[in-house]
Amino acid sequence: MSEAARSQAPGSMDSAPLLETSGLTKSFRSLVALRDQAIVVRPGEIVGVIGPNGSGKSTFFNLVSGFLRPDSGSVRFDGQPIERRSAAEIVRLGIARTFQGTRLFKALSVAENVRAAAQLRHPSSMLDALVGTPRLRRAARRVDAITGELLGLVGLTGRAGVRAGDLPYGDQRRLELVRALATQPRLLMLDEPAAGMDAAETRELMDLVDRIRRRFGVAVIVVEHDMDLIMNLCERIQVLAHGQTIFEGAPAEVQAHPKVREVYLGHA
Amino acid sequence: MNPGLYIAQQVINAISLGSLYALVAIGLSMVFGILRMTNFAHGDMMMVGAFGTLLLGFAGLPFWLAALGGIAIGALAGVIVERVAYRPVRGAPDVSLLLTSLAVTYILENLGILIFSSSPRNFPLPDWMNVALQFYDGQLTFTQINVVTVVATAVSLGFLGWFVTRTNAGIGMRAAAEDLQAAQLVGLDVDRLIVVAFAIASAFAGLAGVLWAAQSGIVEPHMGFTPLLKAFVAAIIGGFGSIAGALIGGFVLGALEIFIVAFLPSAVSPYRDAIVFALLIAFLLFRPNGLLNRSQEIKL
Repeated sequence: MSEAARSQAPGSMDSAPLLETSGLTKSFRSLVALRDQAIVVRPGEIVGVIGPNGSGKSTFFNLVSGFLRPDSGSVRFDGQPIERRSAAEIVRLGIARTFQGTRLFKALSVAENVRAAAQLRHPSSMLDALVGTPRLRRAARRVDAITGELLGLVGLTGRAGVRAGDLPYGDQRRLELVRALATQPRLLMLDEPAAGMDAAETRELMDLVDRIRRRFGVAVIVVEHDMDLIMNLCERIQVLAHGQTIFEGAPAEVQAHPKVREVYLGHA
Repeated sequence: MNPGLYIAQQVINAISLGSLYALVAIGLSMVFGILRMTNFAHGDMMMVGAFGTLLLGFAGLPFWLAALGGIAIGALAGVIVERVAYRPVRGAPDVSLLLTSLAVTYILENLGILIFSSSPRNFPLPDWMNVALQFYDGQLTFTQINVVTVVATAVSLGFLGWFVTRTNAGIGMRAAAEDLQAAQLVGLDVDRLIVVAFAIASAFAGLAGVLWAAQSGIVEPHMGFTPLLKAFVAAIIGGFGSIAGALIGGFVLGALEIFIVAFLPSAVSPYRDAIVFALLIAFLLFRPNGLLNRSQEIKL
């Protein structure tokens, strides 16, 4: 991605924060997985969270997406506290996530995976389905349109009927990405999206994430291991180690910072 | 007697019995697919459906309308049981759900005894349904009830097939059955999908109850017990949690039961159920994922 392209990014420092965590702390028995974490993500921004294994990245993700409850601290989305909300409520509010190593509905077709997610914003009741009301037909048309558009975006239109579990790994990751997008989030959280991908696939994925962000105006948080992906894609990077935030700044600053080099790059 | 016709007759009997097993097994598997719970009260929805039909018949409705009403009452009963009994214990250890469903069985069957007494009642049918159709000098015989059974099952299965592949709710239900947590994560309203699953499963059981009562001519509070056990075997043969598996398992079991009696020496006939349950044990030991190899992990 070029510098010129990055400067057109919709993220802007003076808009109100979309996601804001503060004092976020979570322990598992005696192990403090995350301590006093704070991050601000503005609408349309793309932020990276990096750190070695066990640094608290996944805990941070699980706290924001409602899979875990924090011991203390707050998570605000669009100004309202969400740290006590269920995972289902949080998706409805507009935060979607992917999983490390994907978690598709493998027995469903590619299109069905997206349709399952797209109906969140275009609901129809059982009664609608039985009677075939105009509402149902409208909802079904919208869901079909979204599904078609998203599959086109990741080049899976020709494989819409294929069982998701039968897709090659890279396609499964792309499918999971657009499935998350089908819930029409304002914040998309990607958990190690490039894990298991080669350099070419990783580059392709970066392009895709960037295109998605521009096209749909979503903010993105990427948790990664892969330094290159984070450095080229993100506007801002937070570095975690042993549950603590050790640095936050622009990619170039992160790369240059001695403490980061010590705890992170030393391990890489 | 013409052996070809004899075999044809047994195949007809097998399809008729298999239809009933399939109807009950599908509901059992559907609920298990999402909740990982064996719903022992599922068989009682047969009783509710049959008694509902009986009562509406007494009230003066024509049979087919009474039957539709009975099925609807069965579906409603399933939804109420889910809301009142199962939802509050969801998330508790699996054994709690299982015990709750046993408790619901006792409550429903005793409620049935309280209202209708434990003695069997006649299940009145319109005359045309009892008409036997005879071909080849009576070598091939079936009643209109058999025809109704097979047609009603085919229509129900057609509806189910359409529902789970063509509607958003059906796709959501299959997604929830595969990974409940991921389903919540893509925003599926899991509570609603569970209600829909119970409604369809219980309507199918209600229909099976009406057909069962029509074939046997009687209704009684414990009528769901044996079919439930058989449906359980059918679901395991096909692969517990899989709708297609339950369908296949139902017909395989129906055929097996009929053929054991029809084609093996008559000394073997009394052991029909023993053979069926031995097969269940064999499946659990050697092919726990069923014929389709699609079973979800079984938790009893």
